[in-house]
Amino acid sequence: MMKKKYVIIGNSAAGIGGVTGIRKEDKTGSILLISQEKYHTYSRPLISYWLQGKVTRENMSYRDDHFYEDNQCETRLGVAVTNIDADQKQLTLDNGETVEYEKLLISTGSVPFVPPIKGQKEAQNCFTFTTMKAAEGIKELLNEQSRVVILGAGLIGLKAAEAMINQCKSLHVIDLADKILPSILDSETAQYVKAHLEEKGMVFHLKTQIDKIEDQKTFLSDGAILDYDILVLAVGTRPATSLAEKAELKTARGIVTDTQQLTSQADIYAAGDCTMSYDMSAEMDKNMAILPNAYMQGEVAGLNMAGKATIFEKAFPINSLGLLGMHIFTAGDLNGECKSVTDGEDIKKFYFKGNYLKGFVLIGDFVRPGIYANLIRQQTDCSTIDMETMMKTPQLAAFNHNERFKKLSVAH
Amino acid sequence: MKRIYVNEEWCLGCHLCEYECAFANSGETNIVKAFKRDLKPIPRLHVEDAENGIHFAVSCRQCEVPYCVLGCITGALSRDEQGVIHIDDNKCIGCRTCMLMCPYGALTINHNKTVTKCELCTDNNQEPACVQNCPNNAIVFEERE
Repeated sequence: MMKKKYVIIGNSAAGIGGVTGIRKEDKTGSILLISQEKYHTYSRPLISYWLQGKVTRENMSYRDDHFYEDNQCETRLGVAVTNIDADQKQLTLDNGETVEYEKLLISTGSVPFVPPIKGQKEAQNCFTFTTMKAAEGIKELLNEQSRVVILGAGLIGLKAAEAMINQCKSLHVIDLADKILPSILDSETAQYVKAHLEEKGMVFHLKTQIDKIEDQKTFLSDGAILDYDILVLAVGTRPATSLAEKAELKTARGIVTDTQQLTSQADIYAAGDCTMSYDMSAEMDKNMAILPNAYMQGEVAGLNMAGKATIFEKAFPINSLGLLGMHIFTAGDLNGECKSVTDGEDIKKFYFKGNYLKGFVLIGDFVRPGIYANLIRQQTDCSTIDMETMMKTPQLAAFNHNERFKKLSVAH
Repeated sequence: MKRIYVNEEWCLGCHLCEYECAFANSGETNIVKAFKRDLKPIPRLHVEDAENGIHFAVSCRQCEVPYCVLGCITGALSRDEQGVIHIDDNKCIGCRTCMLMCPYGALTINHNKTVTKCELCTDNNQEPACVQNCPNNAIVFEERE
């Protein structure tokens, strides 16, 4: 049987963060990384850019070709873990191997949620949109005569729509919600973005669902029937927790971990989209499938696995999203008291709870949005800064001299 | 490591550092040629001018915990062994996630829609041009603990 000090399941942001975290502390302990996908680590969000023709397959690598060698990380790519035996600290792989670990990181990511629709299982040319394989399948079929139907007006659905709108004949987006991007925009900003996308040729069917799929036709709940050549189901994702559940790890909206990314089981850590994390802006536990958080959690897990006690507690959602020439920055939670600043075409909306900024939406070509995001991250008391000026333009001048000195004149 | 630090009290707000930065990274050897273009070269640092005569330059802090690198979705941003944060223009897709991650607002979009940032003039193989050309030592390049 193979014995490894560290074993990582998953080859995306959290898994790569895990390798990096371990190697910061332990330069020699053996690492084995196992992934169901056969590819060198690649950036999942780039599949839409690839489908759009904006990035080459080579440039989709999330890390250099020699990342695994540089980090002395052995890999099993295209191999699935079928079982975790937490008592014996052993994994069973679908290639027949068994692996003994000292510390395990589960970073299995998420799986697309496919809603139960009549005829979905038999449907032809029907895809989800979270993996390279799915993007390749779509690209094979896509041409200027394609009639595209996308179920889901969230981030995944709209990035798929952006990628295809100029390569197809027609494109319809269907969503049960009453607005697009419901998880990151409020009603007003959603309407604004929707108008922009309609101008670019997308047709939306909101408050609508697909009742039935048959003979490359979708039958909508409002009675409409749409013929399609390509159907994309982008309703959302679910944390990939099946292995963890089988091993009797505690799960809720994802695998439950503490702030050091340790699961309910000794020596088993979890990070990224497969976990539940505490959203400090909404002050609640969530499954937060956000790449930066996944990487940071992975790195923290790796550090802890290698013996360096490290905490990750500043998670909140952030999204930087380009859609056909319109740029959208969102962060945090949009449930507080709203203050809005408009400047010509641009939109800025801030959401507060008392003196604390909890979330924002910026639409337009803004610079320095991270200064706002840091007010959420640090939970800055906004009564201690010049928030009026800050809302007009993000700036460090809104802080007092001492704060600025700490930011710009002290080593960190 | 040596970093750029701000002496706010000494900053005159002349913005020379911005021009020198843009020039140093323009690929031109003559500053007139660098700016005699339709698309002016973009500086990698930013001078803030506030009320009461307060001015200061903000450039990348080359953070020990670089949120921009941690959050980069393509792997275009990296931290080298010296601690300098670099961006690979070929890998950047201009998604601007790093701009949303940076607490200082130190990254900016270039004309080609990729992100650009201060790399301490490592491309130019010299001390940072902003520091060299600051007339009043309002930005310095040194080790601080």
